[in-house]
Amino acid sequence: MNLVKDLSERRGRLHKITYKREMAEKTVCHLKVEAPRIARKAKPGQFVVLKAGETGERIPLTMGGTDPAAGTIDLIFQVVGKSTALLRTFNVGDSIQDIIGPLGKPTHVEKIGTVICVGGGTGVAVMYPITKAYKEAGNNVIAIIGARTKDLLILEEEMKAASHDLRVTTDDGSYGHHGFVTDVLRKILDEQKDVKLVVGIGPVPMMKFLCKLTKEYGVKTMVSLNPIMVDATGMCGACRVTVGGKTKFCCVDGPEFDGHEVDYDELVKRQRAYLTEEKVSMEQFATAGKRGG
Amino acid sequence: MAEEKEKKEKTKVPRQKMPEQDPKVRARNFDEVPFGYTPALAQLEAGRCLQCKKPKCIEGCPVEVEIPAFVKLIKEGDFAGAARKLKERNSLPAICGRVCPQEDQCEKVCIVGKKDQPVAVGRLERFAADWERTKGEVTIPEKAPATGKKVAVVGSGPSGLTLAGDLILKGHEVTIFEALHKTGGVLIYGIPEFRLPKDIVQSEVNYLERLGVKVECNCVIGRIETVDELLKEYDAAFLGLGAGLPQFLNVPGENYCGIYSANEYLTRSNLMKAYLFPKYDTPIARGKNVAVFGAGNVAMDSARTALRLGADTVRIIYRRSRDEMPARIEEVHHAEEEGVQFYLLTAPTKFLGDDNGWVTGVECLRMELGEPDESGRRRPVPIKGSEFQLECDMAVVAIGAGANPLLPTQTPGLELNKRGYIVANLETGKTTKPRVWAGGDIVTGSATVILAMGAGRKAANSIHEYLVNKS
Ligand SMILES: Cc1cc2nc3c(=O)[nH]c(=O)nc-3n(C[C@H](O)[C@H](O)[C@H](O)COP(=O)(O)OP(=O)(O)OC[C@H]3O[C@@H](n4cnc5c(N)ncnc54)[C@H](O)[C@@H]3O)c2cc1C
Ligand SMILES: Cc1cc2nc3c(=O)[nH]c(=O)nc-3n(C[C@H](O)[C@H](O)[C@H](O)COP(=O)(O)OP(=O)(O)OC[C@H]3O[C@@H](n4cnc5c(N)ncnc54)[C@H](O)[C@@H]3O)c2cc1C
Ligand code: SF4
Ligand code: SF4
Ligand code: FES
Repeated sequence: MNLVKDLSERRGRLHKITYKREMAEKTVCHLKVEAPRIARKAKPGQFVVLKAGETGERIPLTMGGTDPAAGTIDLIFQVVGKSTALLRTFNVGDSIQDIIGPLGKPTHVEKIGTVICVGGGTGVAVMYPITKAYKEAGNNVIAIIGARTKDLLILEEEMKAASHDLRVTTDDGSYGHHGFVTDVLRKILDEQKDVKLVVGIGPVPMMKFLCKLTKEYGVKTMVSLNPIMVDATGMCGACRVTVGGKTKFCCVDGPEFDGHEVDYDELVKRQRAYLTEEKVSMEQFATAGKRGG
Repeated sequence: MAEEKEKKEKTKVPRQKMPEQDPKVRARNFDEVPFGYTPALAQLEAGRCLQCKKPKCIEGCPVEVEIPAFVKLIKEGDFAGAARKLKERNSLPAICGRVCPQEDQCEKVCIVGKKDQPVAVGRLERFAADWERTKGEVTIPEKAPATGKKVAVVGSGPSGLTLAGDLILKGHEVTIFEALHKTGGVLIYGIPEFRLPKDIVQSEVNYLERLGVKVECNCVIGRIETVDELLKEYDAAFLGLGAGLPQFLNVPGENYCGIYSANEYLTRSNLMKAYLFPKYDTPIARGKNVAVFGAGNVAMDSARTALRLGADTVRIIYRRSRDEMPARIEEVHHAEEEGVQFYLLTAPTKFLGDDNGWVTGVECLRMELGEPDESGRRRPVPIKGSEFQLECDMAVVAIGAGANPLLPTQTPGLELNKRGYIVANLETGKTTKPRVWAGGDIVTGSATVILAMGAGRKAANSIHEYLVNKS
């Protein structure tokens, strides 16, 4: 009678945080949050929208994992502005007001052979459940994760377990291979001719260069895009991205798309649409924080 | 004879205006534009009604409000009684009094309107409902004994709210599932505060909750539960999803920053309260020079919102002429008073932008009216070589909406028409899928609040009949 229990979760039922871990020098934060219905339904690649409190913004975050038994979902986010900075101040026992999900199309996982999963920065968090799913579907999974420096690297152990072969890179050479994830990817593509699919998730420039590379090798590549969203139900068009010359709504048509078709330059520009306002928000938050309010 | 004389005297009183904010002042704030009638004005206006034996006005109202009866109660000073009378037919009078296109409905056919201006039914409706909400006791009507039957309502717009109110009174259990974090549909995310204050919508929902309707926000049906899953738990389901898919112009440059769909622009401002940024976290572009495409209510709301967010120039750009503008007359009038400019017979051909990808202008073509098209309106035809450019640093596309495919395409057995709307019987709301009803904009395409409410009422009757006969 799960459904009865499900449906009796009432409006205004807050989502309690049951676990918190700070990573990567406190720039990345992992929360487990109560959302039993979503935990049961979510599939790899899907995301939620959350609104922390009454005056909050609706922000999308991918589920890095779920625990249906405990009724929790995992959110791993990078602190980049006001909403994520605010979320980082939440502790175990605190509650998030609104969580909506699961949203977006799940990753289409099938057994195809050798798959390379490339994650950069917090993109690794998004990559993790997808990597796991490809391995569970019987593929040979090579994972590459990268960060600017060793201390910013996340989920290394988890990614090791989720793949058959994990490669690590840092831009400054403080750990693993010295260089970009694309360097390592090129090496693998040179050595292995049977790679069926590359999945790349990370900062837009990383995805852009990764796709340039895999296009050279003619290997199909999927990316997960992160434009600004509002409702995330296909109602507003804030999230529009150009794929294959056509406008798509990332929240319902994506978030995963054929990486070779994406207009990355447009995506970057649209992501920067509110830079001025974001600064105002962040400054206000920082001073309020200092005053203890 | 005496009656004749009385009739003549009545018609001498002119239609009473509602006091409203000065256009210059209101164009810079989000407070409601009209203040509403005072009791004295309401009684004076109510006195203009002839209490016709065959009241035409009732036929003009999609839910057949007993207009002469409630107007008479206002005239007699029984404002609470008037509100009760209204609610027998219309569960959301404070909303309809504000947003119904009365000039095309009840007031269009009012007998007084033949020679003089019609009785201001909408304003009176608003007055009585406001009186009840702010001064009087909201009475909770008696519910029929519990039937043990359960109904799931998807969507909390006017169709879903009306249906929920009707079915709960008939003794069924009702749960509303809403995708957004707030209830009300377009009433909460689309129509701006200055036209429909949000606490009015909230108080209508609170009233339903007091009647026992359960409300679950943050539930995108089709994702968290499918309709088939709902039907395992519920005896019947109603889909009141609205027409929430934004349409774009499909001209080059439309993805420049600063170009919004009306849905996004209004959702940021209304639902997310971006007009209060940075007190509220959601940002919104504050264009100085704004172009709005389209000339319906949605376009007027967008244009007037842009003014209130600090624009110096707001232009409505519309490819047909003034006569074809679909917006309510009152809204066009309000927009003009506030300083919105109209560029009629003008169509955009492409957007211009800068290196940051931000919109800087729009190229347009002049149009002339040709032969009538399928809709009966004269088709706009481009005038060759008439291209010209307009500067703008923000634009809103308000040229209509479509059916959001998210739920319909996830629901096997639900027939859709070729534009993606749900096929349903207009009298009963029955769809092609057993135990599923639908109504409002998702069936008819974008229409009006009162028509959506009417559809909710018809579906409620049909569902009730089904639930009762079933056992
Ligand atoms: C489908 C999807 C999944 C995502 N998953 C993750 C994740 O798992 N972990 C993670 O760290 N980040 C994720 N993001 C990005 C995350 O949503 C943004 O970092 C966050 O919204 C920033 O909010 P802010 O107020 O802290 O920063 P701001 O100062 O507001 O903005 C910083 C940057 O974040 C982006 N941003 C701002 N508002 C939004 C918004 N409403 N929607 C989307 N992007 C926005 C902008 O591009 C901006 O440049 C995801 C985005 C999408 C679309
Ligand atoms: C800006 C604007 C101004 C308008 N002005 C007027 C006016 O002045 N007068 C007038 O009469 N009409 C006006 N209208 C039209 C009127 O608002 C609509 O016709 C009416 O609201 C339709 O009601 P509805 O119940 O069909 O759906 P909506 O009001 O659209 O509500 C549908 C609800 O369903 C929810 N939903 C959708 N899909 C799902 C899902 N899968 N799961 C859960 N929930 C879902 C949506 O989030 C939404 O809350 C205006 C419309 C707009 C956009
Ligand atoms: S509901 Fe609308 S149409 Fe009917 S009487 Fe009221 S204002 Fe007129
Ligand atoms: S038609 Fe006009 S005058 Fe006659 S009852 Fe209706 S509102 Fe009154
Ligand atoms: S976020 Fe509104 S349509 Fe995608």
